[in-house]
Amino acid sequence: MTSAARKLDGEKRPVSATGRFDVERVRADFPILHQKVHGHPLVYLDNAATSQKPRAVIDAITRYYEGSNANVHRGVHFLSENATEEYEAARLTVQEFLNAAHSREIVFVRGTTEGINLVAQTFGRAQVQAGDEVLITAMEHHSNIVPWQILCDEKRARLRVASINDQGELLLDEFANLLGPRTKLAAVTHVSNALGTINPLKRMIEMAHSRNVPVLVDGAQAVPHMKVDVQDLDCDFYTFSGHKVYGPTGIGVLYGKATLLHAMPPYQSGGDMISSVTFEKTTYNQLPYKFEAGTPHIARVIGLGAALQYVDGLGMENIGAHEHDLLAYATEAVSAIPGVRLIGTAKEKASVLSFVIEDIHPHDIGTILDQQGIAIRTGHHCSQPVMERFGVPATARASFAVYNTRKEVDALVRGIEKVRQVFA
Amino acid sequence: MSDLRDLYQDVILEHSKAPRNYRELPAANHKAEGFNPLCGDRFTVYVALEGDAIRDISFQGSGCAISKASASMMTQIVKGKTMAEAEKIFGRFHEMVTGHAPAGGSESELGKLTVFSGVSEFPVRVKCATLAWHTLHAALEGKQDPVSTE
Repeated sequence: MTSAARKLDGEKRPVSATGRFDVERVRADFPILHQKVHGHPLVYLDNAATSQKPRAVIDAITRYYEGSNANVHRGVHFLSENATEEYEAARLTVQEFLNAAHSREIVFVRGTTEGINLVAQTFGRAQVQAGDEVLITAMEHHSNIVPWQILCDEKRARLRVASINDQGELLLDEFANLLGPRTKLAAVTHVSNALGTINPLKRMIEMAHSRNVPVLVDGAQAVPHMKVDVQDLDCDFYTFSGHKVYGPTGIGVLYGKATLLHAMPPYQSGGDMISSVTFEKTTYNQLPYKFEAGTPHIARVIGLGAALQYVDGLGMENIGAHEHDLLAYATEAVSAIPGVRLIGTAKEKASVLSFVIEDIHPHDIGTILDQQGIAIRTGHHCSQPVMERFGVPATARASFAVYNTRKEVDALVRGIEKVRQVFA
Repeated sequence: MSDLRDLYQDVILEHSKAPRNYRELPAANHKAEGFNPLCGDRFTVYVALEGDAIRDISFQGSGCAISKASASMMTQIVKGKTMAEAEKIFGRFHEMVTGHAPAGGSESELGKLTVFSGVSEFPVRVKCATLAWHTLHAALEGKQDPVSTE
């Protein structure tokens, strides 16, 4: 039995005797990677869509169902106590992972999308009134656009959008200028899923706070690749999905400053989120349970805890350095292929290589690469405004994780050559 | 890699590079827009219908090689056909690309369209091959809303 004392221990495993990061040892942790697709070794480069799961995560979920399954926060019996302890231990792991001040600031949600919707439907509906403004950027995923559009429509408020340049970088001056007296919230991505751009988040948050504007951060594409310290960032809300950081699908985290979460009305209502109910009046439970109505995804929370433990074991610095090397290597190799145009060439980028090939539709690129065992994403990446900004209907996107190798980048380059041959 | 050549046959590649009837049709009295939200493919099909006959047809838009070639070859084969004939070809085409063609069935109606038979091995590409056809169907039915493959 693991206990609430399960802390991020900082033990760094994947370093070989020579002190170098050993990607083969990492790959050995991921059962799914060792298979052939269409007769070729799988080259999984669709990590921005979802990452693969290490044995530690799969085992944690199995262990929970085989040994601890019960409802949480309810039973007095042995299994329920175990389940509750494991569930809350995972919350502590998340707290430590994000360096949040309190574990009550960690709310479990289904994913980034639900985290954003939660804030839009509670904080947003309470704070945003007719004539007010919500500020986003031009590189947001649809999930950080549509909830604000719906809110603004409902409240007759205005959605403002800070532009990006041809490299896919935010125009910071414009962002600052759009922070006005009516701005009630800035909702911004940490890392763009379609372009890979890393936003200068700390500066953006300082700018917003200097105008008394709270900031929500979509961290879906950042958490797998870099250390996130919510206290250092001083963000008001930060949300991410478990499945992009080697955890299960359908589970994610909303971090919110306790003072804000306290003041917010509840999101969904029902069991667990109350402290007392009569037909006349209901008193809501304390944080974070006020926002966790109903029986939660206990196994997934435990799986997420195991994923963050795993990431911590690898060391975020090691992960970031390895992926940075891969991205630089891939950027150079892919951009050297005739007819290729990179979409998203920001100075600060993480993991994502989005590209188009002259006269070849990304969908065809995806099919031909797939036939060589190479999995990439093709399409608009739930970022149609970004596609429009760059004048393309879609892109092909390779995105890297800690288990990818330079050899796989070479396979991608050969794959793209094959695409060009088919269309020659 | 033989599967790949089954899908990307030379005729398909050639039509995708130089699509036929790729223009607006001033004489069109029917038109519809088709959209594949998954990959962003978007086509407009223009039809000049005279009585029951497709007197002229054209298309415009953007999409992958499969969807563009399919649209191009569709315009060629249905031009001069009646609505009912066009719908019948669509039915046969749909059966072929989804792998549901009746055993021993005649492919003569499909003519050159049999180059798309390889699509049945690539289920995610069926929508690409049928987008233009769904759009034509909507145009003939006089539907105002864009059709979607989802």
